[in-house]
Amino acid sequence: MTMWNPNDLGKLVWMVAETREEEIGCDECFEQLDRFVEMRLSGLDAVAAMPLVQDHLEKCGDCHEEFEMLLESLRASVRASGAWEPIWRLWVRVRRALGSR
Amino acid sequence: MTERSNEQWLAELRGPERDRALADLRAVLVRGLRVALRGRVRQGLNEAAEDFAQEALIKIMANLDTFRGESQFTTWAQKIAVRTASTELRRKRWRDVSLQEVLDRYGTHSGESDRLADEQPTPEQLTMRSTMVATVRRFVDDELTDKQREAIVAVMFEGMPQEEAARRMGTNRNALYKLMHDARTRLKKRMEAEDLSAQDVLGSIGEG
Repeated sequence: MTMWNPNDLGKLVWMVAETREEEIGCDECFEQLDRFVEMRLSGLDAVAAMPLVQDHLEKCGDCHEEFEMLLESLRASVRASGAWEPIWRLWVRVRRALGSR
Repeated sequence: MTERSNEQWLAELRGPERDRALADLRAVLVRGLRVALRGRVRQGLNEAAEDFAQEALIKIMANLDTFRGESQFTTWAQKIAVRTASTELRRKRWRDVSLQEVLDRYGTHSGESDRLADEQPTPEQLTMRSTMVATVRRFVDDELTDKQREAIVAVMFEGMPQEEAARRMGTNRNALYKLMHDARTRLKKRMEAEDLSAQDVLGSIGEG
C-alpha cells in the first residue's frame, strides 16, 4: 500500500468537505460555459445565477483552465470591438433604476 | 468584418455565403486563441492558433444544430475552439507519461515530508497526526475502489489533467469527474458516520 502524504490527505479532506450531493459534471459545465462567461463579462452575478457551474469550476482543473482561456479570449474581443458595451451600459442603468450601488 | 446576429451567422454558414462567413469566423477564433494561448504555448503561437481554429471550425460546422442560442454565436464557437486547443495541448504535454509512471512517482515521494525545516511538532502533536492520517487512510481503503484511489492520486495529488487520466483509464473526463465525486461523497458519509469533521482532521495534520 502506497503511503499518502499528510498534506495530500488534507487536500482530499478539504475537497470532501466541499462536496455537494448535487454537482454537475464536465459535460454539463461545458454546455453552460458560454452563458456563464458572457454573464461575467457583462458584470452580472454569474456565480449567483449559475452556482453549479461556479462550483464545478472550483473543483475541476481542466474545466477551470478552459474557463480562463475563454474569458481571456473574449476579453480581448471586447477590447477590440467594444461589443459588450451595450449590455454593460444597460446593466448599469438597471442597477441605477433599482437604486443599488 | 461584418457584424452579424446569431441568426445571420447560422443562415450564412448554412447558405451560399458560407465561405465569407467561415473566413470571418476563423478570424474571430484565431484572434481569441492567440490571446488564450499566450503563456501556454512556448513557440509558434500564431501557427498553433491557426491550426486549432481550423480544427475547431470543422467541429463547429458539424455541430451547428446543437447551438441553442443562449449566448452569442461567436462565444459558443470560441468555447469549442478553446476546448479543441486545451485538449490538444494537454495531450502533447502528457504524451510520454503513463498512468503507472504517475502512480509510481507518487509512491516514491509521498512519504517525504514537505514541512518547513524549522517546524518542530511536539511528540503529542506527532502522535495525534499519525493517528489521524491512519484513520483517514483507513476510510479511504474501506470506502474507495482501486480506480477511485488511482484517480485521486493522479489528478488531485500529481496534477495530471482529468482528461489525460481518463483516457488512460479507458473512460472520459465527465465519467472520471463523476467517479471522483462518488469517492468524495462516500468519504463524506463515512466521516459523518464516524463523527469526524474536516476541521478535526485538518487541525490534527497541521492544515487547520
